[in-house]
Amino acid sequence: MEAIKYPMKLVFVWAEGWFDRFFGPKWNPFYCLGALGYYYFWIVSVSGIYIYIFFDTGVPQAYESTEYITHDQWYLAGIMRSVHRYASDAMVVMVLMHFCREFAFDRYRGGRWFSWVTGVSTIWLLFSAGVTGYWLVWDKLAQYIAIVSTEWFDWLPIFGEPIARNFLAPSHFDGRFFTLLVFMHIALPLFLLFVMWFHLQRINYAKVNPAQGLAVGTLLMLIVMSLVEPAVSHEMANLSEVPGELKLDWFYLWAYPMIDTLGPGFMWGFAGLGTLLLLVIPWLPPKKRRPPAVVNLDNCNGCTRCVTDCPFRAVNMKKRTDGAPFAAEAVVDPALCVSCGICVGACPTAMPFRRAGALVPGIDIPDLSVELLRDQVNAAAEPLSGNDRVMTFGCDHGCDPTRLGVKNLGHVALRCSGMLPPSFIDYVLSKDLADGVVITGCREGECHHRLGNVWVDGRMARERDPQLRRRVPAERVLKAWAAPTDRRKLLAEIEAFQERLRELPDDDGAARVKINKAGEKTASEETESAA
Amino acid sequence: MTKPLQLLGQAAVYVLFAVCILYFATRPTYTYFDPAKAMIKLSFAHGGDPISECRKRSRAELKALAANMRAPNICPRQRVDLHVRLSLDGKVIADASLPPTGLRGDGPSKIYQWFEVPAGPHSIVVELRDSRRKTGFDHRSTEKIMLKPGQNLSIDFKAAQGGFIYE
Repeated sequence: MEAIKYPMKLVFVWAEGWFDRFFGPKWNPFYCLGALGYYYFWIVSVSGIYIYIFFDTGVPQAYESTEYITHDQWYLAGIMRSVHRYASDAMVVMVLMHFCREFAFDRYRGGRWFSWVTGVSTIWLLFSAGVTGYWLVWDKLAQYIAIVSTEWFDWLPIFGEPIARNFLAPSHFDGRFFTLLVFMHIALPLFLLFVMWFHLQRINYAKVNPAQGLAVGTLLMLIVMSLVEPAVSHEMANLSEVPGELKLDWFYLWAYPMIDTLGPGFMWGFAGLGTLLLLVIPWLPPKKRRPPAVVNLDNCNGCTRCVTDCPFRAVNMKKRTDGAPFAAEAVVDPALCVSCGICVGACPTAMPFRRAGALVPGIDIPDLSVELLRDQVNAAAEPLSGNDRVMTFGCDHGCDPTRLGVKNLGHVALRCSGMLPPSFIDYVLSKDLADGVVITGCREGECHHRLGNVWVDGRMARERDPQLRRRVPAERVLKAWAAPTDRRKLLAEIEAFQERLRELPDDDGAARVKINKAGEKTASEETESAA
Repeated sequence: MTKPLQLLGQAAVYVLFAVCILYFATRPTYTYFDPAKAMIKLSFAHGGDPISECRKRSRAELKALAANMRAPNICPRQRVDLHVRLSLDGKVIADASLPPTGLRGDGPSKIYQWFEVPAGPHSIVVELRDSRRKTGFDHRSTEKIMLKPGQNLSIDFKAAQGGFIYE
């Protein structure tokens, strides 16, 4: 599985790097594929509602009304029809790319299985909705779709009489069939929308709208496409004739030639096994399930910050159970927790300065606890010397700073950059463990755990709790978001940062406590230990 | 990257995406059926005779039944397999035994088969056995037809309408 995923990931990371240059992180389409899928859905819905006003059911009426829409009222209904078709095609592209990207970036296992499985069911609904749309036009392509679809269904031994017989000859076909088709073409997208809503139920702050600029650009693109090459119909369907050469929409109808050439049984097997495989992928090996976050009630004051920051709705507030004088306590749902540690970064009690007793915050990750992190920070700082010592905190999914060959650099790996409580930066600088701190992780606009770097930005900018203390000198902190392939960029940024650190005066206002190699304080200005 | 270059890059991405959508929305074309040929579709759903004759219940059998269940005859639900044969220009192109549908074998037998044939004049013979006889056919139809290129000729069977229907 890794052999498939890793090259896919590299391709995505490479392409996203280029798109970042053109669009910037906020507008980068790769970072909002799901939101673009939603956006296309709304465009398809609005354009569909408009053309439905002029659509008529019946054997000649369906085709004739579509011709009216396309040619007589080309300036509005015709454009709407084209937008309807091309936005539907684009939606397929967005959904498939969204799938591939989530797969490549390994974002479908553990607590994220729910979004994956509900996403798989949207594929069937999306294709069914699209196919019924092509059927409604009742041109030669619709005739082909009708015949092959019904022949495909007839392969299943559940029909007393072959349903393909409805399209055997003109006398077999009833115009009332369009009433059923119209119903399906409305009901299926509605059900699709319901599943799309369901798809987001286990994530917080779901992005369902693309950036405004991207939305405008996309809409303009669709309108220009509609003017350059308006969507048109084939000749009207005629059951006395066999459809010959067809202009297939390969986004929706790619399976039809497979049914023709390989047979309906093969296609049922392909679709069935393919769907089954997609559904079970989250549980296939290698299974990596880290222990979920745990709440330590002795240190939880019910501040709700972990609930607010959790990207997966895995933490909730419940009535206090330990008799402490707080209204509520945090409760982790292990089934939803992906062990990203963002809740730890949000916890005001995750304070490395604490010396009395064990360092146990209100919420913690068992196999990468805050205490362990502090130990790692102290250990990483030990070999550093000089005036350009850099301590990097980086997530597992961004560029690894230890592979850059930078001298005088200590590194602490996190599950997500959002796992870092800002007090750690203060700790490193005020304890003089390093001269500067670098926070690195997934590229801006993109985070393996959805929101980690967004929360870090807010905490560093002192706009989001827990905020970075004001006494931390900004010139000694660097945020450098970098994907695994951005090694050169990250190297340049860290080296430039070290250069700036070397030029800084030794006493630049930062409250510092010198610690010698034995770990003992050589000067005492610490004011935070009580925290 | 400067703003004009960024805008150019964005425009290029939109154009590339649009071209990709426009191309695959209608191209490459796909030929489902050779327009120079014609198609014959043989399809019907028809129930054969019951697999055996009805039998009168004996007085003892009737007495053993509840009063409201005392139907004088016992008729089997299961139907015979149909046998259909289609010949084109003297050559058999379909010869099939069609079992009845349904879990108890009491539904109609069905067939849906199509044949790609050259356009032009053809003689068609279609025969169907739907009774308990072991050989021969109960229905036979002979037709001389001229098939146009791209034509779809359907052959249906409706006993109530006199047998085979060509359309």
